[in-house]
Amino acid sequence: MPRRAPQGTQAVQRALALLRSFTPEAPEHRLSDLAASHGLHPSTAHRLLGVLEAEGLIGRSPDSQAYRWVPGAPGAGDAGPSPRHNGLRPLEPLRTPFHRRTAALCESGAWRDWSGYTCVETYEPTPEREYWAIRNAAGLIDVSPLFKYEITGADAERLLDRLMTRDFSKSRTGRVMYTSWCNEEGHLLQDGNVQRLARERFLVSAAEPCLRWFEDCGWGMDVEVRDVSEEVGVLALQGPRARAIAEAATTGIDFGAMRYFDLAAGEVGPVAGGGPVTVTRTGYTGDLGYEFWVAAEHAEALWDALVEAGQDHGLLPAGLLALDMVRVEAGLVLIDVDYVSASHAEIEVLKVTPAEAGLGFTVKLDKQADFVGRRALELERDRGPAWAMVGLEVDWFELERLWSEIDLRPQIVGQPASREPTPVFAPGGWQVGQCTSRFFSPLLKKYIGLATVHADAAALGTELDVEVSVGYGRRRARARVVRRPFFNPARKTAVDPMPRVDE
Amino acid sequence: MTDAIVVGAGHNGLVAAAYLARAGLDVVVLESSPEIGGATRSEEAFPGFRFSVFSYLVSLLRPEVIHELDLVRHGLFLVPTASTLNPLPGGDCLFREADPQRTYRHIARHSRRDAEALFEYKLEMRRMGHLMYRLQRAAPDELAAAIGDRVVESAEHLDVEVSAEVADIARYFLDLPPARLRSFVQMLTMSSADFLGQWFESDVLKSALSSSSIIGSMLSPRTPGSAYVLLHHYMGEVDGVYREWGFQKGGTGAVAATIARAARSHGAEIRTQSPVARVLVSDGRAAGVVLANGDELRAAVVMSSAAPQISLGRLLDPGDIPGGAGLVERAARWQSGGCAGKVNLAISGLPRFECMPEPGPHLSGGITIAPGLDYVDRAYDDAKYGGFSERPFIDMIIPSVLDPDMAPPGKHVLSCFVQYAPYELAAGSWDEGQREAFGDAVVRTLAEYAPGIEDQILHRQVLVPPDIEAIAGIPGGNIFHGELRLSQLFLLRPDPAAAAFRTPLPGYYLCGSSTQFGGGISGGPARLAALRVLDDLRTADTAGGGGGETR
Ligand SMILES: Cc1cc2nc3c(=O)[nH]c(=O)nc-3n(C[C@H](O)[C@H](O)[C@H](O)COP(=O)(O)OP(=O)(O)OC[C@H]3O[C@@H](n4cnc5c(N)ncnc54)[C@H](O)[C@@H]3O)c2cc1C
Repeated sequence: MPRRAPQGTQAVQRALALLRSFTPEAPEHRLSDLAASHGLHPSTAHRLLGVLEAEGLIGRSPDSQAYRWVPGAPGAGDAGPSPRHNGLRPLEPLRTPFHRRTAALCESGAWRDWSGYTCVETYEPTPEREYWAIRNAAGLIDVSPLFKYEITGADAERLLDRLMTRDFSKSRTGRVMYTSWCNEEGHLLQDGNVQRLARERFLVSAAEPCLRWFEDCGWGMDVEVRDVSEEVGVLALQGPRARAIAEAATTGIDFGAMRYFDLAAGEVGPVAGGGPVTVTRTGYTGDLGYEFWVAAEHAEALWDALVEAGQDHGLLPAGLLALDMVRVEAGLVLIDVDYVSASHAEIEVLKVTPAEAGLGFTVKLDKQADFVGRRALELERDRGPAWAMVGLEVDWFELERLWSEIDLRPQIVGQPASREPTPVFAPGGWQVGQCTSRFFSPLLKKYIGLATVHADAAALGTELDVEVSVGYGRRRARARVVRRPFFNPARKTAVDPMPRVDE
Repeated sequence: MTDAIVVGAGHNGLVAAAYLARAGLDVVVLESSPEIGGATRSEEAFPGFRFSVFSYLVSLLRPEVIHELDLVRHGLFLVPTASTLNPLPGGDCLFREADPQRTYRHIARHSRRDAEALFEYKLEMRRMGHLMYRLQRAAPDELAAAIGDRVVESAEHLDVEVSAEVADIARYFLDLPPARLRSFVQMLTMSSADFLGQWFESDVLKSALSSSSIIGSMLSPRTPGSAYVLLHHYMGEVDGVYREWGFQKGGTGAVAATIARAARSHGAEIRTQSPVARVLVSDGRAAGVVLANGDELRAAVVMSSAAPQISLGRLLDPGDIPGGAGLVERAARWQSGGCAGKVNLAISGLPRFECMPEPGPHLSGGITIAPGLDYVDRAYDDAKYGGFSERPFIDMIIPSVLDPDMAPPGKHVLSCFVQYAPYELAAGSWDEGQREAFGDAVVRTLAEYAPGIEDQILHRQVLVPPDIEAIAGIPGGNIFHGELRLSQLFLLRPDPAAAAFRTPLPGYYLCGSSTQFGGGISGGPARLAALRVLDDLRTADTAGGGGGETR
């Protein structure tokens, strides 16, 4: 019978292994690299390295904060450089704090890179069940790769009010605000959520790094911006059963009192003591749902509690393919898919304002504070945006018509949401924009898409042509501009959502 | 004034009403039972447990119906069933998943040749399904003109009017490659076992695939003609993909509720507990109906979704119509004896199948007990001689896995469609004792593959053909309102004199499962029938005749 190393021994083994990585040839390592190459969670690696440092076995390099080899320290590795990389180790993919759990369940072996993290694309060979779980029961999605910044200090609110297009003088502790942020030209940099955890403490989540931007904008203020991306794991629990599951998996939170975009602090597990967790009633699915923000060391406990509680409610872990399908139904735009962040748009025409990306509602020109991009956005208000983000819908009969030309029924189901832009035309005419996210929604039984079109082609009901592939051919399908979200169940925002059979 | 009356609020009656109301007619639906839905009804049979009482999965529902009636907006919510599991004795199984490569591997365990042949078979069946789809879109009398008389060019000689759609079909048939035409003829005549034998060698796969050839029919997979029933099920699709099935959230009763909402949104009125006794005739035309309580309700158009024994029998006075006596007599001889029962179980936890004991995707698909052709044939033999199958064929789903709202958290409902159960038992009648014995046979059979299930059962509902007759109002209890055999198909469904939804009585139409398209939750017959009515009204209007008034 194999003997498992007891907990204590395992820590010693790990610490020694870490120590051996420091050699004269490879004297310096960053925390994240070490954690990755040793398959450790950053917080674990951090703890072990701290002990080694305290014992004088390794040191810190003064300028870069990386850990350093200490000449002559007992135990440090002396292996020569790897012949292939000549001393520079390849970067291994990052692992989210839930990785061990998601990896054990990922039957399909389909992984995708998301900001350097290895994430499950679909757990089962096809995303179908995961998609339906989100709409019909609940799905559990690891969204830890989001960048997270903690903003603290007396001027925290002031900084956010300067950075963001929303009015942060109106933000309240215990609330989350969805907002855009722009550059001086009023061009959209990113969109994301801001949690107000305390009077002087906020947590911003963003798809892309923005520490430098935040710090620069806060120059001279009494504020600290800290990148906590690797310390905090995030799980999204989404779907009609989310409330019942969340309730059973945590303690100390009154879910009945939680409104849409509220946040609450509680503890992991059905009994107290499982470690702190922050819950926000938010998500990227357009459904009832919550997101759980947890320190990496409690991440697995959180996962286990949610999965356990979800067993009786049809909960399935869901991958990124399913998430992408539901977010299109929810009409939610995705950075670098539906719009290009001004921070890396190579040419001017790619840049958009919030309004042009469909996020005009996040711009509060009536707010007191001056904010980055304000003047440009005021000008835009007067002249009107040049582009508009619209929902497009191609109805069933149009699809039947197109496919009947090659004597087939429409071949559109089972395909994940496409992110490849496709042109949009005035009916029978010139190109007026592009459709950037689209798929056939098996729930709505329509082909839906998000498109950026000239502002004058954006009125509800406008008919447009969108290019679709029919067999090997490229055809134009007649589409109509429709309201977003495409799918918007009452439970998403309902005051006291309980699962109910739809009579 | 009521323009049109629809008899029966099964899903077809509701579809017909919705189409007529959508066209602006004033429509009343009359349903004898207290509930709408007919064979699609669902109910909370025990507190917290919802049963889809009779029918359980949706595939045949026509996309035209879904989209023309905007059913998604009214509540259509179809969760796909992803896989099919056939448990086999001794803890083995045959598993077919959505992913074709994985299915290949599962089947290759039984036969590599078959695993490969399955791709070809499915392709051919999809083509056949497509052919049926084209065929079933047009009204049957037009089809006769087009196909029977071989063709469009000659249509002019024959002086028959052929719609563009039918002309299309005729051309389609003429252009069919010989291989496809051969498949078509084979499917009309062969047994499904023989038909499948052309592709496959493994008994378990043939047995698994033959399941859809016996569903609802008093046929064995070895009975000639059963291949057609296979084809009937391949006509079904979900969003353009043939042979996909979905579970309606809330059970199939929610499909009827959805269609009822669509009908009401266009102004249709639905009256339950209003049995129709007969069709009123005046001046040789249908003029309304007389209810069982003697009330009269007048309308220019009457449609009936009930089975032929009712629609062409009880509701008509043979003296009122030309050829009436023959019609009524033929209706009485219509083959619609039931062959299936339904056992719905409320269970305390998920069943553990010996072949795959842990919870997993296989529980959200179909699970069929049909471990071999001999097994199914023997089950049929029991019924042939007037008994129920001692070891029945069972087609099962676990609705609560597909829709957690069907049962309390952690508990489940199991829907078992069971064959064979004849309408009449040779040994006495379907009394309580026989029903329970039938239920026991089902549980015993399940326990062979999912040991321990007998101890998980909290409640049990056993329904046999006389129950289907009593509750859904289908004489004989046949799930399709009449066997799907060549003798009762196409131009003969339900009667040569009433095959185009019209009957010999002007103003009186049929729109239920016993007409073209056949049974299943399709809405197909009702849609075509309603379009036929609207067309006739338009023609009558332009001819200045006394059609129904349109608003
Ligand atoms: C056990 C079982 C399982 C099945 N499983 C499936 C399945 O999984 N998938 C599938 O697609 N199909 C299935 N079917 C078949 C399908 O349910 C039926 O073919 C379909 O629902 C019939 O619809 P209909 O509207 O034509 O007739 P019905 O649903 O039979 O409706 C006819 C209605 O007319 C009413 N009526 C009759 N006479 C009168 C009168 N004189 N006055 C007023 N009202 C009257 C009846 O009460 C009834 O409500 C199943 C059927 C059964 C019985």
